[in-house]
Amino acid sequence: MSSTTQTGASKFSLSMLINDTRYRSTTFQVIALIGLIFAMGYLVSNLLSNLSDAGLNISWRFFGETAGYDINQMPIEYNNQMSHGRASMVGAVNTLIVAFLACVSATILGVIAGVLRLSNNWVVSKLMAIYVEAFRNVPVLIWILIIFLVMSNVLPQPREFRGDAATSSMWLDMVAFTNRGVYIPRLVLEDLGWVVLTTFGLSIIGVFVFRRYAKNLLFNTGRLIPTFLPSISILLVPTVLVYFVLGSPIGLENPELKGFNFKGGLHLRLSLIALWFALAIYTGAFIAENVRAGIQAISYGQTEAAAALGMRPGRIMSLIILPQALRVIVPPLISQYLNITKNSSLAIAVGYMDITGTLGGITLNQTGRAIECILILMLFYLVISLSISAIMNVYNNAMKLKER
Amino acid sequence: MSDTPNIGFVRHEPIPPSAPPIQQAGVVKWIRENLFSNWINSILTILSIYFVAKIILASTPWMWNGVWTTSSLRECREVLQGTSGACWSVLVERWNQMLFGFKYPVEAYWRPTLTFGLLLVCIAPILFQKLPRNMLMFSAIYPFLAFWLIWGGTLLTPVVVALSLIAGYLAFVKMERLTGFATGLLTGVVAVALVLYLGSFVTAALPEFIALEPVASRDMGGFMLNLILGTVCVSLSIPLGVVLALGRQSNMPIIKGICVVFIEFIRGVPLITLLFVANVVLSYFFPPGTNLDLILRVIIMITLFSAAYIAEVIRGGLAALPRGQYEAADSLGLDYPQAMRLIILPQALKISIPGIVNVAVGLFKDTTLVSVISMFDLVGMIRGPISSSTAWTGIYWELYLLAILLFFVVCYGISQYSQWLERQLRTDHH
Repeated sequence: MSSTTQTGASKFSLSMLINDTRYRSTTFQVIALIGLIFAMGYLVSNLLSNLSDAGLNISWRFFGETAGYDINQMPIEYNNQMSHGRASMVGAVNTLIVAFLACVSATILGVIAGVLRLSNNWVVSKLMAIYVEAFRNVPVLIWILIIFLVMSNVLPQPREFRGDAATSSMWLDMVAFTNRGVYIPRLVLEDLGWVVLTTFGLSIIGVFVFRRYAKNLLFNTGRLIPTFLPSISILLVPTVLVYFVLGSPIGLENPELKGFNFKGGLHLRLSLIALWFALAIYTGAFIAENVRAGIQAISYGQTEAAAALGMRPGRIMSLIILPQALRVIVPPLISQYLNITKNSSLAIAVGYMDITGTLGGITLNQTGRAIECILILMLFYLVISLSISAIMNVYNNAMKLKER
Repeated sequence: MSDTPNIGFVRHEPIPPSAPPIQQAGVVKWIRENLFSNWINSILTILSIYFVAKIILASTPWMWNGVWTTSSLRECREVLQGTSGACWSVLVERWNQMLFGFKYPVEAYWRPTLTFGLLLVCIAPILFQKLPRNMLMFSAIYPFLAFWLIWGGTLLTPVVVALSLIAGYLAFVKMERLTGFATGLLTGVVAVALVLYLGSFVTAALPEFIALEPVASRDMGGFMLNLILGTVCVSLSIPLGVVLALGRQSNMPIIKGICVVFIEFIRGVPLITLLFVANVVLSYFFPPGTNLDLILRVIIMITLFSAAYIAEVIRGGLAALPRGQYEAADSLGLDYPQAMRLIILPQALKISIPGIVNVAVGLFKDTTLVSVISMFDLVGMIRGPISSSTAWTGIYWELYLLAILLFFVVCYGISQYSQWLERQLRTDHH
């Protein structure tokens, strides 16, 4: 560069905006901002002129209008005379239901598969490796469709349960697998049922209190008291007692064959089951890999050190290895939960009425308000994603290795 | 030893060790240690063997008895007479449709086939550093060749685009020497636009110059569509991802803010909503009168989607570089573009390659989602035209097994490559 720069801080020339590091970043940011504003303005003006050409406008009023379509799975009160907003809420709850079910089962499946893949049993570890590779490398949409098609083709029709020469029968008279879905018993709460539930909730808290007491006793006095049986009895005894004292206030409603279909009980549709199982098995394969990586990240010296201190293998796992492995496992695990929630939008492929099916599907097609519907749809997923990441950040900060 | 008298009852050599007990050697030992080391393991082994045997016993006759030569599911059932057997003839009859879609001109099937054969030649020198470097020349030509082969039309179109890029690059190099990166970039863009503008007259004047029969984008389908979407979107999104990652790492709050909002927004919504945008909303944002093809709109949205994910991978690579590399570049007197191009990005990208490959595999699997917005990719072909045709309605295992196989081969291959590369790139000593 020339030698005339930096002769004094006095004179400001226009070229300093780009050549002087004090101003350069501001210049670039202003340029970027102006560029962004112009790009946005261009897009919005295109949007407005396109909308006016098509005789449309942006309006949110359709959310209050009558939806007029039925939803086959209604966890909250809904009928086709209610509004589009209500229909979207039903869809949102359905999304959360399938996401929750899939998260729980994917975690269980993934942890089991991840641990078994590290087993020294050759057959089992190879089988788990095949499971992980087979499911990770094929699109989840294909798994959803396959599970749906296989179940609807293989399971018997409800009419095969009828009559004396029925070719199919219910399992334990409680569960019926049909090609319209799986019918399972439903819990029916009578008047005093909530007392039993409250007792059960209190027992769960009681178990935690007891375990904390036992831990404090161990740490303060060194006395180890048995915790397993007392925990079980604290959990079960009061609830069972209350249940029988109040005269069985919680009953089961079994599904029954009436006419051509089953009535009563809880109806799990094939679309729900296909989506749930496919997401669980697919994501379980990813979680298995995370679990395996987490356990392998803990050096074997930790196990040996714990063994040298005289700990038993079970306690080594629960007190030494798992707490450290969890620090590695949990962040990717939570991003897998995010993936499940986002992938649950594939419900539309099998006709499960989640929010993509109601708001992004039927409502969009009926009202024609594509921009509004898709905007709300995106915001819904965005809010879920951002809140899960916020929880993850809190957890990461709490679990971070605190060094000096 | 030598002076030991030769006495008959004294051994001169040790007794050879006796063979270990049969339980402690060979196959038996291996089985005892690996399969039946304790009772839990034994139960697991027996259960898994039972499970595997059951699957094999059920599926082998079904696959083996399969029928290959009928023309409908009904004929298959007649041939099989109620015995278990697959109806593979659907694959034979619909093979081309599943690969190329149902509208791509039959006599032009050689073009996509050739294109994807050449794709392997194109990516080989990028994937394997040991191959001769001048093969990269072909990789540079390939995108233009592929465009011409698949979409057809005159050869001049891709040639003009290629020339414009070369002109832009030359202008950029010249101007960067004289004035700096920013003005160089600007000149390059102007040169590209200029050559494109001039070239459009040439292509308009000679539409038949070495022309292939043009094929419209909406006629693409089948597995070809998955491959096109996957390769195009990943390769377009890498440069965009680099820019976004650099923006997110920069210390200019406004630029950082724009990049963070973009990345987190895209990563927070499912791909399906972005495809809905491509399907019904995106055309509202173009100037009135433009009529972009659905496949182009989908490419735009998938590229944005994967760019956000790739940006996060590259950001990880940038953050993993030791601070000293940035400081060393500064102390050499390099300015920001030079430091990034010569010091930081080559190292950061090298670290990020396995992550980028993982994103690419995920993205390739996600291209099946376009079947939801009624495009006929492999899954769309199976769900739509094939399953609903009268001859093949009710058939599903055979079709989906083929889809599983195709996706598995590609994705497993790529992920094995990424693991191999990770081992190659590992510079620490284990």
